[in-house]
Amino acid sequence: MTTLIKQRAIVTDTWQVIGAAGESDIVPLDGDIIVALERWIEQRETLSARSGRVGVWLGPADEPSRLVEAGPLPALIAVHFPAFTDGRGYSTARLLRQRYGFTGELRAIGDILRDELFELARCGFDAFALRADQDAQAALLAFDDFSEVYQAAVDRGPLFARRFGLVEQSR
Amino acid sequence: MYIYDHFDQRVVDERVAQFRDQTRRFLAGKLSEDEFRPLRLRNGLYIQRHAPMLRVAIPYGLLSTLQLRKLAHIARTYDRNYGHFSTRQNIQYNWPALERVPDILAELATVQMHAIQTSGNCVRNITTDHFAGVAPDEIVDPFVWAELLRQWSTLHPEFGFLPRKFKIAINGAVEDRAATMVHDIGIHAARTDTGEIGFRIIVGGGLGRTPIIGHVVREFLPWQHLLTYLDAILRVYNRYGRRDNKYKARIKILVKELKPAEFTRQVEEEWAHLKDGPGTLVEEEIARIEARFTRPSHLQLPDTDTHYEAALKREPAFARWVSRNVHPHRVPGYAAVTLSLKKTGVPPGDATSEQMEAVADLADRFSFGELRVTHEQNLVFADVAKRDLYELWLELKALGFATPNIGLLTNIISCPGGDFCSLANAASIPVAAAIQHRFDDLDYLYDIGELDLNISGCMNSCGHHHVGHIGILGVDKNGEEWYQISIGGRQGTKAALGKVIGPSVARAEVADVVERLIRTYLDKRDSEHERFIDTVHRIGIEPFKAQVYDYAD
Repeated sequence: MTTLIKQRAIVTDTWQVIGAAGESDIVPLDGDIIVALERWIEQRETLSARSGRVGVWLGPADEPSRLVEAGPLPALIAVHFPAFTDGRGYSTARLLRQRYGFTGELRAIGDILRDELFELARCGFDAFALRADQDAQAALLAFDDFSEVYQAAVDRGPLFARRFGLVEQSR
Repeated sequence: MYIYDHFDQRVVDERVAQFRDQTRRFLAGKLSEDEFRPLRLRNGLYIQRHAPMLRVAIPYGLLSTLQLRKLAHIARTYDRNYGHFSTRQNIQYNWPALERVPDILAELATVQMHAIQTSGNCVRNITTDHFAGVAPDEIVDPFVWAELLRQWSTLHPEFGFLPRKFKIAINGAVEDRAATMVHDIGIHAARTDTGEIGFRIIVGGGLGRTPIIGHVVREFLPWQHLLTYLDAILRVYNRYGRRDNKYKARIKILVKELKPAEFTRQVEEEWAHLKDGPGTLVEEEIARIEARFTRPSHLQLPDTDTHYEAALKREPAFARWVSRNVHPHRVPGYAAVTLSLKKTGVPPGDATSEQMEAVADLADRFSFGELRVTHEQNLVFADVAKRDLYELWLELKALGFATPNIGLLTNIISCPGGDFCSLANAASIPVAAAIQHRFDDLDYLYDIGELDLNISGCMNSCGHHHVGHIGILGVDKNGEEWYQISIGGRQGTKAALGKVIGPSVARAEVADVVERLIRTYLDKRDSEHERFIDTVHRIGIEPFKAQVYDYAD
């Protein structure tokens, strides 16, 4: 059972991931589902006819531009990390937020551990489906690991711009 | 020295707290070895053959004497009383206990030092020219830009889990003393005819098992765009660099597989979105960093000094040391001095706590309390008055740091090798010692002239053997240590990779082979002015091969 952290709180998850590693590939008749990019592109109309909401998950090699080209963005996008050491999803998240203007829920799924939460959040993730063995309560502390950062990312402009009052929130 | 402000200090302090908690969880069994490994590596902590090895960053090689004394204290308190200065302008401790590493990091933080990103698949310590701020041929002070890059790369949220490690070097002068052609990214300062400052950007160079000279992706990048352009390069690499095979995961392989033109096109396309965005640099920031560097307050001195000139005439040994180990300075009356850590019989780059403290005392007396660590594993006092050179030489001689071999054969660059490193195929330090013993005669050494000899214990090439005029690589043959010899490599603006001369040789034969190479050179050179490397490039490797493998007629 994974625990979901959303906007720094532990919440009940209503969404079911379809077809990612270890998850069922069968679309249930109702309920909120998160489907793979290919399925979204091919079956968008059928899926929208269901009663539940539909989100999309991207694998590390999926191009977010393909999701954008497929029509209006869904309310929820998940990025799958097959291993926490595969850092491609960090770039995917920044592209979705900063290039394609996605404002809905951006969820990190897969091998999601406490020690990566701070940086994932900086790249624009606001929801985290923790790996089953993680202590969610302890993980909440990770968002405060650092009180100051240097670089421009999704959460804030670069430190130098804030120093000189050139504050420009990049989102 | 760059002096931290409260933000810089807070980042380092919070990193210590974070790592202390990670170590605690690991020791309590709450983090598996596989989960802890990438976390500890991002703090420079390896588990080596004998014990953990901790690599401490010396950003762009610059150290204050306060910091050096702290490094000496750490060696004495937490280790076996010595440290090893590496080719990455870092210092490594070979014997710390894992549970005490957070305390070491806390000690480092008190002197504005850290071990952040000295290992792992992330942007590593930024390296530069050890004559920064001093060299007469300087275009910009690379320390300012290297510090800017240190801040940009520190805990970068997007690039903490790249396909592989990532090394950036920046050079601020005309002459390339930072090996920018053989880094993942090399940054070379440039100035246009109209005085505009910018950088030439070189990508995809590297040594290791696939040595490649880097490609210029941008001839001139105006300075304002440095960070956004680096973000674009790193993003292309992070997304498309190979992750299926760690030996093909460096950016040089991506550049090679895509071809430099296509790689450049992708970077430019990515950059088109980032250009002029929030990461665009402003003059105030460059000025702010510049102002946080303390600068030596040089005295107004005549260009030379009568006592110094007299000593040069009186003592040939002093004159010899000056000719090899003393370098020009842009300020009249001053010089930069290299302290050789390559005394025969001592592992290259090693220094004891007592030696570090003695060096700190001398730097306080003679060089404004600062020193630099070079990628050739020596130390540099950058601001010594010429009138003090003789006195400094006497002190350095007493400490064993005045070997006048800078640029000569016995100034060997070497990794720690198989005696210390779990990756190595073969020992390197005993090989270095054997060569140093063979060429211990200074007159002979001076006759041979300029020669870079580099030794790596394995294909990871920490000793940069590919760019040695003579390169020696340890290889494993059925569990035995053998050594492959190459010649013709060089660093600098005209960087080239050495060519292997033939089958590898046993450890006991390495010094003989080097001697045969040297004899061939002395025999074939067109005059005393032709250096070993120039002879190799003029006549090719065949005559050398023939001598080494005995098929000369």
